[in-house]
Amino acid sequence: MQAELTVAPDVAREPATRPARRRTRLWSVRCVLIVVWLGSWELAATHWIDPFFYSKPSAIAGRLADWFTTGTAFGSVWTQLLVTLEEAVLGFAAGAVAGVVLGILLGRARFAAEVAAPFIKAANAVPRIVLASLFIIWFGLGLTSKVATAVVLVFFAVFFNAFQGAREVDRNLVDNARILGASRAQVLTSIVVPSATSWIFASLHAAFGFALIGAVVGEYAGADKGLGLLISNAQGTFDAAGIYAGMIIITVVALLAEWLLTLLENRLLRWRPPVQAETQI
Amino acid sequence: MRVIALRNATKRFPGAGGRAHTAVRDLTFDVAAGEFVAVVGPTGCGKSTTLSLVSGLEPPSAGEVEVDGKPVRGIPDGVGYMFQTDAVLPWRSVVDNVAAGPRYRGLAKADARAKAMVWVERVGLARFAGYYPHQLSGGMRKRVALAQTLVNEPRIMLMDEPFSALDVQTRQLMQDELLRLWQGTGAAVVFVTHDLEEAIALADRVVVMTAGPATVKAIFDVPLARPRDVEEIRMTSEFIATYREIWHSLRAEVARARREAVDAG
Repeated sequence: MQAELTVAPDVAREPATRPARRRTRLWSVRCVLIVVWLGSWELAATHWIDPFFYSKPSAIAGRLADWFTTGTAFGSVWTQLLVTLEEAVLGFAAGAVAGVVLGILLGRARFAAEVAAPFIKAANAVPRIVLASLFIIWFGLGLTSKVATAVVLVFFAVFFNAFQGAREVDRNLVDNARILGASRAQVLTSIVVPSATSWIFASLHAAFGFALIGAVVGEYAGADKGLGLLISNAQGTFDAAGIYAGMIIITVVALLAEWLLTLLENRLLRWRPPVQAETQI
Repeated sequence: MRVIALRNATKRFPGAGGRAHTAVRDLTFDVAAGEFVAVVGPTGCGKSTTLSLVSGLEPPSAGEVEVDGKPVRGIPDGVGYMFQTDAVLPWRSVVDNVAAGPRYRGLAKADARAKAMVWVERVGLARFAGYYPHQLSGGMRKRVALAQTLVNEPRIMLMDEPFSALDVQTRQLMQDELLRLWQGTGAAVVFVTHDLEEAIALADRVVVMTAGPATVKAIFDVPLARPRDVEEIRMTSEFIATYREIWHSLRAEVARARREAVDAG
């Protein structure tokens, strides 16, 4: 108690050290949480619950090490990872481009938007993940069917935000641009697209996750390569550790993609006033 | 030489419950080349609609609006418009905001920037050319908007209460700045405001509008010499006499607008 009382005024006088100290504390608490969580799981799986069903951290780590050193039942784990990544990235790119273009165009065309509204609502209500099965019938076990599943998932996530973003453009800005001499196309590129960019980025973060889900579910439904196949195979052999290991790899990939997107976003949206909130999720 | 002519111009908007709401009715007045005309009227009487009609952003429901002797269809050539609320692009720096007009009109990027930079300097923002709008104060953003409008060298400038959101001192500074920059251009100005002092300090003529639906009640000449200093001129006896005369006409409309607002509320 005494120590805290003497430290407090120091901290107040040196605001520069405060964020650093706060960060250290933040991360140490986070680490403690992870250790407690993994430790209790390991302990429980060793003594009380059946690791056959629930697996345990050490088994999962072992499986991961095994995959990365000696490879999986279907060859190198890197091959599987690259295949899934290729499917997800292609699906993400195609779905995002289609979503942005159609969303913005429809957002600026009132009549067309009104005509399309019920169809889009219906299409959005379809459980699109089921389409993965249909795409396997259409396109076979290869790359195309997985990309198609990812595209369908990504498209709607991006489309709705681009649509909303294009609709919510400040009328004032559009009028001002027209007075300054902008043609319709110039209004679109210089006013509507930049206005919608923050909306679009908000959806892109979630969309890459969807692209990964699309690729993995597509592989799960039928494939000869990929992380989804590893997971599906692990399920078939009652290998709980394999399922967890696949999950972890996908999570890391998703986090890396998220980080890249944030970098790009910060670069493209430099003009925005700095965000007040410290918490970033 | 007449550059703007309104002939019984009327504008109706679709209102609540399918009933049309008449914003302005039978507007008739002219603006000569190089003339500074202020339009005053009670708040919310439809003054801004007048500018939308002249700018071609809204077509009249009845009557005729002419710019340079031709009926307005779409946005006429040589018109600049400064809006009441900020219309600068938040994702462009000051100089790129000002360069927007020349860029839209087909100038190469470097030429547009060079042209814009001249105006950025003229409005006193040379040091802030690379700043984004969110880094500027309200008055500075107004300067950007002013430069953005003037860089196109408009022959007609429409201004919709451009300084109403500013504090009193900044407002007077901007009024002086506007007069200084306008004097060299020979542009005709239609300046909408609800502030009679501002109208008299700036304009050659003051158009008084009635409470909604707005129409022209009376037009007054302002017998004040130029160049003017807006802070000093308020103290002169001519100013006060003109103010008294116009206020006598405007007062009844303001009172009517207030009564209607109370009845409606």
